[in-house]
Amino acid sequence: MADSSSIVSLETPKELVKAPLVSNNRSLAWITDKVSSICEEKTPFWWWVAFLITSPIALVGLLCIGYQISNGVGVWGENHPAGWAWDITNFVFWIGIGHAGTLISAILFLTRQKWRTSINRASEAMTLFAVVCAAIFPGIHVGRVWYAWFLAPVPDSFGIWPNFRSPLLWDVFAVSTYFTVSVLFWYTGLIPDLGTLRDRAKSRAARYIYGIFALGWRGSNRNWRHYEMAYLILAGISTPLVLSVHSVVSFDFATSILPGWHTTIFPPYFVAGAIFGGFAMVLTILLPASLIYPQLKDLITRDHVDRMAKIILLTGSIVGYAYMMELFIAYYSGNKFEGFTFFHARFNTDGSGWYQWAYWCMMFCNVISPQIFWFKWARRNLIIVFIICQFVNMGMWFERFVIIVTSLAQDFLPSSWGHYSPSWVEVWTFVGTFGIFLSLFLLFMRFLPMIAMSEVKIVTAAADPHAYIPDSGVGASAHHPVEAESHTHQKA
Amino acid sequence: MTEYRKVYGLGAEFANAAELLHAAEKVRDAGFSKWDVHTPFPVHGMDKAMGLGKSWLSLPVLIGGTTGLLTAVALECIPSFSIYPVIVHGKPFDWRTLPAFFPIMFELTILFSAFTTISALLIMNQLPRWYHPVFNWERFSRVTDDGFFIVIEARDPKFNEAKTRELLESIGGKHVTLIHD
Repeated sequence: MADSSSIVSLETPKELVKAPLVSNNRSLAWITDKVSSICEEKTPFWWWVAFLITSPIALVGLLCIGYQISNGVGVWGENHPAGWAWDITNFVFWIGIGHAGTLISAILFLTRQKWRTSINRASEAMTLFAVVCAAIFPGIHVGRVWYAWFLAPVPDSFGIWPNFRSPLLWDVFAVSTYFTVSVLFWYTGLIPDLGTLRDRAKSRAARYIYGIFALGWRGSNRNWRHYEMAYLILAGISTPLVLSVHSVVSFDFATSILPGWHTTIFPPYFVAGAIFGGFAMVLTILLPASLIYPQLKDLITRDHVDRMAKIILLTGSIVGYAYMMELFIAYYSGNKFEGFTFFHARFNTDGSGWYQWAYWCMMFCNVISPQIFWFKWARRNLIIVFIICQFVNMGMWFERFVIIVTSLAQDFLPSSWGHYSPSWVEVWTFVGTFGIFLSLFLLFMRFLPMIAMSEVKIVTAAADPHAYIPDSGVGASAHHPVEAESHTHQKA
Repeated sequence: MTEYRKVYGLGAEFANAAELLHAAEKVRDAGFSKWDVHTPFPVHGMDKAMGLGKSWLSLPVLIGGTTGLLTAVALECIPSFSIYPVIVHGKPFDWRTLPAFFPIMFELTILFSAFTTISALLIMNQLPRWYHPVFNWERFSRVTDDGFFIVIEARDPKFNEAKTRELLESIGGKHVTLIHD
């Protein structure tokens, strides 16, 4: 028999070295300077070019909204039977994108994923702007927007209250709560960084404005104590909130009796899809931003991109599983109408589907394209990641289009079928929301720190009070990143 | 300028988080109560080093969240069950249909909790407070960058300008400065 040591090595295995979250062992002042300088420097030329492209697009969107409000929803292509089409597709698309920001700021905080610190601020901002774009559509699709207050439970002169058992009303509460809580969470995180901008401000006006919003923050530990608890609580309540929002959105469909909508798998499937699409949008925005500001590459490293790509792969596969399960249940339930929706209207087995191109587009973009992220070289190649993210953005829009339009256009009775195609107003309203979204994000990049400085500082080696060796310069403990990592303070 | 300005306290600067942590322990052991530590980020273990307990911010949030839940119960049940008992969706209104009311109860619980968290945070931290004597200290502006400070207030019963200065210097404090109001 062979010597046991040849089978089981008694040597101590090499210690795994974790890559530091902030590369090149940057100092605290370096982080402050590189992040703050983005909002302090003279407005760069590229910013004006970008803003002069996005803001007219936003304006076109606003004009279309004005045109639709003054003429009625008849200017859209929607009609019986497709009473919901691009409007609700766009609503679900944008609200889904918002989910990544809250996932990064809340769920990754609770699960102690420290890499979130350098991307959470920008993602939360993205969440807010996406929810702004989303909120436009249900607001205007009711037609008479001046009656939108009917949605609110106020005692009115008709003696009629909203139906609290309707998913549409749940949606009103879910989306408005989500937006409000996201704003509060985002602002709480901003307070210390606004203090930084206040203390660095050169002009009196900047010092005043940042100073007002910084609320007189002075980094006091008596304040940090409550601040950390508040942050933890906000993360704790945002976690079920983010899972609930898209579940409630999916109830809009799942509680109806329409084949293709009436599915119990919808809530988890929608939430996974939302995170999937949201991460794609985070990367769509952060990759160009890190190209423009190369100094951020020590903060937003390849490891960050790699991890986000893994999340896209995971959630994309969950979405793929949900698609398969829908098909399986359509077959296994033996329900004729459900079977028709999935195999004929969408899958197009016999040529009777009208929108099969949208279905296959969705399948390719959402299920097949992210599978390349099984390979590390693909996750670390920024160009490949960016391209796949565009597929995912497109695929997630098509998913909502497929769910909404194919189910409505070809439902129970062929005599009640009706084609749907969008009008120019719908198309430009949707394009306009991208203008609104990108313009808001550009303004955010210009005036607010897009990386949460005080949070990134916590994960640096220099911030660790335990592994630190005095008299050896800031960040001396970075030679032992594992040790520094395990001791580094986690807000909790 | 010879006008009389009240002394707020003594401030000292420290090189890094570790030095600050050990210095804070010594200030705590010296028996001071009206003092504070100022850092660019929350330092791990500083609450203990300062002798502070766990934040009780969760208590107002619990109350706020419960208020939100009860508000939702009242908001939904009073109109649906008593003022306007209209059958919609073909669903009767009794305890068996209660699950349909859950989403709004959940949302309002969250909404009220979030608002309470922020208000409690501001009230407990006495913010906003745009003027504070520590801002008069020039070096203090680095607190939001990479500065680590201890400030002992003059109203602390153990405060004595000479002795406190000596203490701060002995525990490694640099640039010990008298801060005026």
